[in-house]
Amino acid sequence: MAFANEHITAYAVEATEFPDLARKYRVNGVPKTVVNDQIEIMGGIPQDDFVQQALALP
Amino acid sequence: MSLLSPADQEKLRESFDEMTSPVKVLFFTQTLDCEPCEQTRRILDELPALSDKIAIEEVNFILEKETAAQYGIDRVPALALVVQGAAGEARDTRMRFLGTPAGYEFVSLVQALMLAGGHASSLTPENRARVDAVTTPTTIQVFSTPT
Repeated sequence: MAFANEHITAYAVEATEFPDLARKYRVNGVPKTVVNDQIEIMGGIPQDDFVQQALALP
Repeated sequence: MSLLSPADQEKLRESFDEMTSPVKVLFFTQTLDCEPCEQTRRILDELPALSDKIAIEEVNFILEKETAAQYGIDRVPALALVVQGAAGEARDTRMRFLGTPAGYEFVSLVQALMLAGGHASSLTPENRARVDAVTTPTTIQVFSTPT
């Protein structure tokens, strides 16, 4: 998604090495995705669902 | 000694063979008090031997604050993938890795390298259109663990 659109930046974060981030974003399980500090997506989900949820599309 | 088995090296070589353009990994690191930086270095050291399309460039996180800020890197070890623009300039792919790229993160790194190197995106045309429609700054963080 980041590669496709210059407005999007993607970080893959190793949660155990950065407990401060894991705490801040309440990472209790992985994978967990956080978009703009607001949207949370738990687990691995189908691409259609992921894109729609991450971009807050109806 | 390689961290990768000969079979894994061969598989990676085949995957990286599908890359058509060069990718540079900016490796943000520091020499003191950073054991994960050393682990990351050992992993990254394996990559250029597997593909002539992959280069590693070390960035001193302590001394090169401006570069770190430019790529939104506020901790190490961290990776930023860049490719060559039309005029030969470095073009940011906005794909970053924070922490040691081992285990599942390594798989993600391989996929990111291939995508940056010209491999087809896995986005369906419908999702590509949804992504193309984004016009506001969007930061996606994906948390995972090594296993």
